[in-house]
Amino acid sequence: MGNLLAIILLAVLVDNFVLIRFFGICPFLGVSRKVDTSLGMGMAVTFVMTMASLVTWLIYHFLLVPFELEYLRTVAFILVIASLVQLVEMVVQKVSPALNRALGIFLPLITTNCAVLALAILNIQNDFNLLQSIVYAFGAAIGFTLALVLIAGMRERLELVTVPKPFRGSGIALITAGILSIAFMGFRGMIAL
Amino acid sequence: MFEATLTLAGLGLLFGGVLALASKKLAVKVDPRIESVNHCLPGANCGACGYGGCFQFAEAATRGEAPVSACIPGGCEVSQEVAEILGLGLEEQAERRAAALLCLGDRDKTRVKFDYDGVQDCKAAVLFDGGFKACPFACVGLGTCARSCPFDAIRMDDKKGLPLIDRGKCTGCGICARECPKDVIALTSLKESPTVLCNSTAKGKEVRAQCDIGCIGCGICVKKCPEEAITMEKNLALIDKEKCTNCGICVEKCPRDCIL
Repeated sequence: MGNLLAIILLAVLVDNFVLIRFFGICPFLGVSRKVDTSLGMGMAVTFVMTMASLVTWLIYHFLLVPFELEYLRTVAFILVIASLVQLVEMVVQKVSPALNRALGIFLPLITTNCAVLALAILNIQNDFNLLQSIVYAFGAAIGFTLALVLIAGMRERLELVTVPKPFRGSGIALITAGILSIAFMGFRGMIAL
Repeated sequence: MFEATLTLAGLGLLFGGVLALASKKLAVKVDPRIESVNHCLPGANCGACGYGGCFQFAEAATRGEAPVSACIPGGCEVSQEVAEILGLGLEEQAERRAAALLCLGDRDKTRVKFDYDGVQDCKAAVLFDGGFKACPFACVGLGTCARSCPFDAIRMDDKKGLPLIDRGKCTGCGICARECPKDVIALTSLKESPTVLCNSTAKGKEVRAQCDIGCIGCGICVKKCPEEAITMEKNLALIDKEKCTNCGICVEKCPRDCIL
């Protein structure tokens, strides 16, 4: 149990996917203008990441390992994630039109989000068992959401101040992201597996 | 090699099959007319029709809840297309209107009460003593309207500190008028006719002290108008567009040059 808690903390803070490992920078800057939308994106990513880590773990250990095809994992995982996102989108469309509208374009965008693929591969590299990988996925997704909401909150405030002309728009967003990333480096070494 | 190909092909086939099955099982039936109605709308999601966005309007129109002519930016053409798709008759279209700024008080003409150095937004600026301009009715000029315009029809004239509205581009959706904290933007007829470009209902003396170009309610235009189309309401001249013949006498006679 303590081990699982450590995994969550590691994924959320110490090894934050966005701010320390630099995965998923595209949505980090693309959908972080408003706290609402970044929360929506975070929800979608959490859902997909947890599902994807479950399925990829099963596929890896029950299909690729027995046939000694471990080298194919990247290709196989991309396949899995892409189809999974499609399936999830269809299910959401059918079951909850409201959620579908809230998540909107974010859901299909996650198909090509490197954070999801990275998570699947990290699960294998770290030799996690099924429960551990799911917990790690959930933590990583929460960390992703945290980073997104943090930067969105800052960008909402940045809208209201006079930024020097050369820094306006993406410039100041990237600088803010950099400073946030440096702040997260403070967690380094707090937890080791 | 053989196993690898087989495994990946198998996986692909499996997922493809599952997806194909799912798309059949989970298909959501959508009225195809919604999509085609949505397609011919402007797509700016301005909300002038009273719905959240173009898609919501398309849904409502298809259900028969919204009048086909509700899309103001789209105007006649769009209404006709929508009516055609839905097989409905086209009712009378409201007159096309465009936004106009009812204030000429630029940096040189309207005095300021104090230097404002806060958030560069009209809504924020008016929170403090109604804004920094001496005239409480004047355009604040920090561009809230320009930022709100979904059609890019308003830009800020930095020299004058007033918005410039491109009446050709303006679709009359009215978002700027709703956003403006001073209510100094009005939707006016596209018909060429003089308009009183002042919003101040203050007494003449006050207006004189605040601004060089505001309407002081002197009533000269009321007297000179041959059609009796101008009335004075709360120290502000009002031109009745129905009666106005666009003769231009009021424009010429206004001692404050605020009828244009």
